[in-house]
Amino acid sequence: MAVSAPPKTQYEAVIGLEIHCQLTTATKIFCGCSTTFGAPPNTNVCPVCLGMPGMLPVLNEKVLEYAVKAGLALNCAIAPHSKFDRKQYFYPDLPKNYQISQYDLPIATDGWLEIDTEAGKKRIGITRLHMEEDAGKLVHGGSDRLSGSSHSLVDYNRAGVPLCEIVSEPDLRSGAEAAAYAQELRRILRYLGVCDGNMQEGSLRCDVNISIRPQGSEKFGTKVEIKNMNSFNAIQRAIEYEIKRQSEALEQGERIVQETRLWEENSQRTITMRVKEGASDYRYFPEPDLVPIQVSAAQLAQWRSELPELPNQRRERYQALGLTNYDAHLIADDQSVASYFDAVVATGADPKVAFNWIMGDITAFLNEQKRAIADLPLTPLLLGELIALIASNTISNKIAKDLLPELLFQGGSPQELVKAKGLTILSGDDLAAAIDDVLAAFPKEVTQYRAGKTKLLGFLVGKVMARTQGRAEPQQTNALLLTKLQEGVTDA
Amino acid sequence: MRSIFQFRQAFLSGAVSSAEATALVLSRLAEREPQVGSFITITAELARAQAAAADARLRTLRAEGLPIPALLGVPLAIKDNLCTAGVPTTCGSRSLAQFVPPYESTVTLSLQRQGAVVVGKTNLDEFAMGGSTEHSAFHPTRNPWNLGRVPGGSSGGSAAAVAAGQCLGSLGSDTGGSIRQPAAFCGVVGLKPTYGLVSRFGLVAFASSLDQVGPLGNTVQDVALLLTAIAGHDPRDATSLEVTVPDYAQNLGAITESRPLAGKRLGVIRETMGDGVASSVRTAVEQAIAHFETLGAAVVELSCPRFAYGVPTYYIIAPSEASANLARYDGVKYGLRQPEAKTLLEMYESTREEGFGAEVKRRIMVGTYVLSAGYYDAYYLKAQKVRTLIKEDFSQAFTQVDVLVTPTAPTTAFPLGSKSDPLSMYLLDLMTIPVNLAGLPAISVPCGFDAEGLPIGLQLIAPSLGEETLLYVAHAYEQTTPWHLQRSPLDGRA
Repeated sequence: MAVSAPPKTQYEAVIGLEIHCQLTTATKIFCGCSTTFGAPPNTNVCPVCLGMPGMLPVLNEKVLEYAVKAGLALNCAIAPHSKFDRKQYFYPDLPKNYQISQYDLPIATDGWLEIDTEAGKKRIGITRLHMEEDAGKLVHGGSDRLSGSSHSLVDYNRAGVPLCEIVSEPDLRSGAEAAAYAQELRRILRYLGVCDGNMQEGSLRCDVNISIRPQGSEKFGTKVEIKNMNSFNAIQRAIEYEIKRQSEALEQGERIVQETRLWEENSQRTITMRVKEGASDYRYFPEPDLVPIQVSAAQLAQWRSELPELPNQRRERYQALGLTNYDAHLIADDQSVASYFDAVVATGADPKVAFNWIMGDITAFLNEQKRAIADLPLTPLLLGELIALIASNTISNKIAKDLLPELLFQGGSPQELVKAKGLTILSGDDLAAAIDDVLAAFPKEVTQYRAGKTKLLGFLVGKVMARTQGRAEPQQTNALLLTKLQEGVTDA
Repeated sequence: MRSIFQFRQAFLSGAVSSAEATALVLSRLAEREPQVGSFITITAELARAQAAAADARLRTLRAEGLPIPALLGVPLAIKDNLCTAGVPTTCGSRSLAQFVPPYESTVTLSLQRQGAVVVGKTNLDEFAMGGSTEHSAFHPTRNPWNLGRVPGGSSGGSAAAVAAGQCLGSLGSDTGGSIRQPAAFCGVVGLKPTYGLVSRFGLVAFASSLDQVGPLGNTVQDVALLLTAIAGHDPRDATSLEVTVPDYAQNLGAITESRPLAGKRLGVIRETMGDGVASSVRTAVEQAIAHFETLGAAVVELSCPRFAYGVPTYYIIAPSEASANLARYDGVKYGLRQPEAKTLLEMYESTREEGFGAEVKRRIMVGTYVLSAGYYDAYYLKAQKVRTLIKEDFSQAFTQVDVLVTPTAPTTAFPLGSKSDPLSMYLLDLMTIPVNLAGLPAISVPCGFDAEGLPIGLQLIAPSLGEETLLYVAHAYEQTTPWHLQRSPLDGRA
């Protein structure tokens, strides 16, 4: 009896992200030390963040403000009463051997953000957002990891840098969704100005929790944690790799082991870091050195009123201006670019035209020069002026492009530049005179045209353009040239 | 010259300089130290320099007609769990035997600003965990009234130093009775302020929600002077209260009225006068209560039914916090490190094995256990609930009375080495612990002697921030009784 192979099971991934973001406060969460990245080891430290005997933490109020604003922007409920807890574990990068964090009463809970997927908009739940202090950094001698190293040095500059941990619901189903979620989250935090989102410097760190289950099953599979991804692309690829790895394992009848895996960028795969043996016990208890956190209704209202326009609101506004969803995403990705765009549009420029200039030539210039749009000599007002010159037919698009490099480097009024260089568009009598000159200079071609070789029109237009150095208004040039050539036919 | 107040009168009148007073105190200190062992570090040189500076400052302030700080030139001793910049701060522990803080605690900074003189850092049970000062890693301290007895603890060094005339006053810390019980055992006055009234910045933490720095002295007035100097809001301690501090000594003049406590209501907590209280102690406290009535106070007996749960509640909460607070002594950053260790875990284990004594280890283990997953609700959470109930008992009591009265300790000072069972030691804190759990102010004043001539202490407890009433009632009692005039044999009658 022939048995056909059973159909391959279709698996669904269940993914949640835990994102740690460093808040951009000038000083640490519980002391006055600087949070500057890259200082020489153990220079941004004091007895408080070194956990020395008798030292006490005092909450940096800015951290609370930033966390609450992030919570509000992520549609969370803000806890009117919250507190800090001690999370206890021994590790040399943790000066007190406990981390001041938040356990059962986080500052914000039950939020969401929206991402665009192939199937349309999708809302991703946010379980919680809490404040905590970062740990220091170990530098291992003789190996890049603890195992195999001959000695370790510790740098406490990062100890006490404020963090927000943001935990998503397991609502994500693919690497692309996870990357989109992380990107949108970073965008929101950047818009708020609470986190610079620099993944290379570790100011935004993402851990992935992933399990897979047969399509349609309600039961969760065994969860694996992935760490060490320092780009959105890496998040996506690590998840895709892991889905494949786990599916293949299950297909071969293997069991998924609950463990923490590391993404290896070089080999593009995940490897086992440590296998979890039972749940870790952090012996949380309320931090007695800090008083409970109270956020009054008035304070909350104040912070809410200070929220900027958020990425999704901005994108909606841009679509209402006539940009496509895709273009709106592009221009709203970076708040400073979007603000530039807004300022250009405010001068009366057509949004689509402004978009094309910004996302085209200007972005190319900025990338090439490694400059920020905020430092561009061509301010939004000046770009608006340039666009207005084109719109009013004072100069042609081509002239505008020719002028751009100078404007980008040096700024200055486009109108003045056009005037100084005499580049205004030619029309009316001036244009007619130029055309008459061309017709006089190319009698052979004119005759051939009139004899029916109408293809020569393009040649003649080109000659008019050349003679006027591009200043001839194209439509008028065409029309006038035609009229004059026709006149010749009638006369003949 | 025994009290700060006496010194100040002589100092201001020019009869004595700080240099002279300090020299006298230092000579007593040196002479008696071999017997009593109150100190871990003696800062004689620093004290002499500070005294000379105080004398100079007095002249300057006088010349400029400026006010003279209450503690200018006063030779004081500091419990060795208060950080002093440049002076070793050991906490009575091997783990910090070589530790010299680069920073100053807020309270000692306040003393410095007043121009006080520091003669040394006093002995304590390791990390302030204990009630006898036998658990110091260095040496035990002995009771100046009887060298075979303990001085109490954990601020035993601070209490003994005052009783032995080795300083004019001292600072201690009180987590479950660590100022009041040694004050009682050594026949001196000791005050635990309202939680948050005095900054904990620079106090090496034992149990953060209970720890409070406070003064010890020969008289209530001295204690009030010291409290005035150290109390007040500190932005570096988030649990510090934002209150304006009065001059606590202001109302503590001579008692001239016959009924100075008329209108005051005193409550005797029934649960503190029963079994387990030595008859000598009970008799002395009963006599004190009778005396309060003669001073015009209305005395009522009342019940704090949850008082007895104080000790078990405390021995869950305090070790829990201690287990976290002491986790930092791991050999990585400062203090002792076992150099032989080959791995990280070995370094942690051997450093902590060597660095901590038995009592500290016991409390770390208890704290670690009760905070463990699966036990948290049954122990820590329940203890926090009982703590709330104990607070409610006090609130209830204070609707009826202004001040509560109990013995400070159920017994007088016991012989060194006699309490080998930790539980019997813990029970000595029966009267004092509930006060810490409720964050209230309380004072111990001498109220008599037992048959062996050992001092007995009376504890007075006031509502939160009731220090002024508390000090006034204690002062009225002290000034109308002879107990505070008696000196320990070690101090003689000089």
